[in-house]
Amino acid sequence: MQRFINDPDLVVEDTVKGFVKAHSDIVRLAENPRVVVSRDAPVAGKVGVVTGGGSGHEPAFIGYTGRNMLDAVAVGELFSSPTAKSFHDAIKEANSGKGVVVLYGNYAGDNMNVKMATKLAAKDGIEVATVVANDDVCSAPPEERGKRRGVAGEIFMWKIGGAKAAQGASLEEVRATAQKAIDSCRSIGVGLGPCTLPAVGHPNFQIEPGTMEVGIGHHGEPGVRVEPLKTADAVARDMVKIVLDDHDLPAGTEVAVLLSGLGATPLNELYILHDTIESEISARGLKIVKTWIGNYFTSLEMVGATLTVMALDDELKTLLDVEARCTIIL
Amino acid sequence: MQTFDNASSGAIVLSMAKRIIENRAYLSEIDGKIGDGDHGVNMAKGFGMAAERLKDEDASLAQALDTLGTVLMTEIGGSMGPLYGVMFTEFAEVIEGAEKIDAAAFSRMLHAGLAGIRSIGSAEVGDKTLLDTLVPAVEAFDKATGEGGSFAEALQALVAAAEAGRDSTINLVARIGRASRLGERSLGVLDAGATSCAMILGELAVGARQRMEG
Repeated sequence: MQRFINDPDLVVEDTVKGFVKAHSDIVRLAENPRVVVSRDAPVAGKVGVVTGGGSGHEPAFIGYTGRNMLDAVAVGELFSSPTAKSFHDAIKEANSGKGVVVLYGNYAGDNMNVKMATKLAAKDGIEVATVVANDDVCSAPPEERGKRRGVAGEIFMWKIGGAKAAQGASLEEVRATAQKAIDSCRSIGVGLGPCTLPAVGHPNFQIEPGTMEVGIGHHGEPGVRVEPLKTADAVARDMVKIVLDDHDLPAGTEVAVLLSGLGATPLNELYILHDTIESEISARGLKIVKTWIGNYFTSLEMVGATLTVMALDDELKTLLDVEARCTIIL
Repeated sequence: MQTFDNASSGAIVLSMAKRIIENRAYLSEIDGKIGDGDHGVNMAKGFGMAAERLKDEDASLAQALDTLGTVLMTEIGGSMGPLYGVMFTEFAEVIEGAEKIDAAAFSRMLHAGLAGIRSIGSAEVGDKTLLDTLVPAVEAFDKATGEGGSFAEALQALVAAAEAGRDSTINLVARIGRASRLGERSLGVLDAGATSCAMILGELAVGARQRMEG
């Protein structure tokens, strides 16, 4: 294991310390060192927007803290949900009295900790609404969409929720719009190489040389199939097919595309993938109006990529254009 | 009637912590086969922090359980932090203020912990989770006392059922949590939560029996 770390048990602490130093114009640390807060928060008259999740996915989740995006983020151990206390503290930091929406991913630990935090916040008199992201197509069949994991589509959910809140919408309006955003997203991951939690010291799963795992999750959850590694064109066609076959979009639909590396895939390879992704999506009669390519939601040093396609209506398209100021340019 | 003293039994929690910390690598190893491989790391971190806070305190069992539960809930996230955190704080609440703990109080404590877990999680017996250890253990304890067994005998039944429940997870397909994504591939491996739960219940039972009076 060749890594830039000090103490494997302090990876998260050290990450957050460096992050806050680098971006002190945009974020600050709460009294709870596991909560990153936007410099603007709480914004008077605005619904607070909160998320949280395990670390190791940087720039998610903390990198999306900022103006017109996330007001506060609860930070967990590597690949492990933040505590209920951290979610609760994030909710308090984001609250300006208009309620707080927690936009998070569908994982057992996050579900429990958000549920407990919501109860704690209710005792403080803070109204909390939640939206659970489940955009990962391969993690459960369509009839069990509620069981699907949340992956990079969460970024669109935060962007839309943050923009809606910035326009002064009510808690229920922000919740409903963020829900619509994630319902409009479908994602697929393809893994070429595993990742290692520093405190564990060895990869937490294997991908044999010469093979790839189609449908892999953000923590190495197994995909739907392991097959010989194909050309980028073939992989891109497969990714588009899986995502769009799950999402019945009429020709002419406008879409936003997010292609994220999983941590150890060079950016140039994402562009190679995108060359065919763009052709395939266009060939289906869909119109791409926005494209983001980069390491937006990673899994430590996993080799691979995720593709997220969000179908847009007029409202989502407008909200996607609302300017945000966080460490990631969106 | 067999009882054990609440005020002088806080050290049971230190024994639990010792057992979990000793098994840090083992719990991570079995978790790594179907999960993230961080169960031992996170459990040892939480139990270690609680032990550190308790080591110079003359805590009662209720106080020590409350400290442990609070540390797990507030410092250790994931799934195990809230689940075990709720279990231990519920345990503590039931026996708080009790001078002696008898079989009836012990049973109430177990049930409160189980109810706490069920209030936040959605797992059932057979889903390959810590409930596969905890539920049969609680049932075995109640059955033993219901059939006229002593507190000590009931604790023995609890440990045997916990271990059998733990072992039953080898033949189960995970239906919840990260391992559930593996489907059939989760067969043949112990569940890490069920394993740590058997350790916790084992230390609790041994500690209670060693301190048994009457």
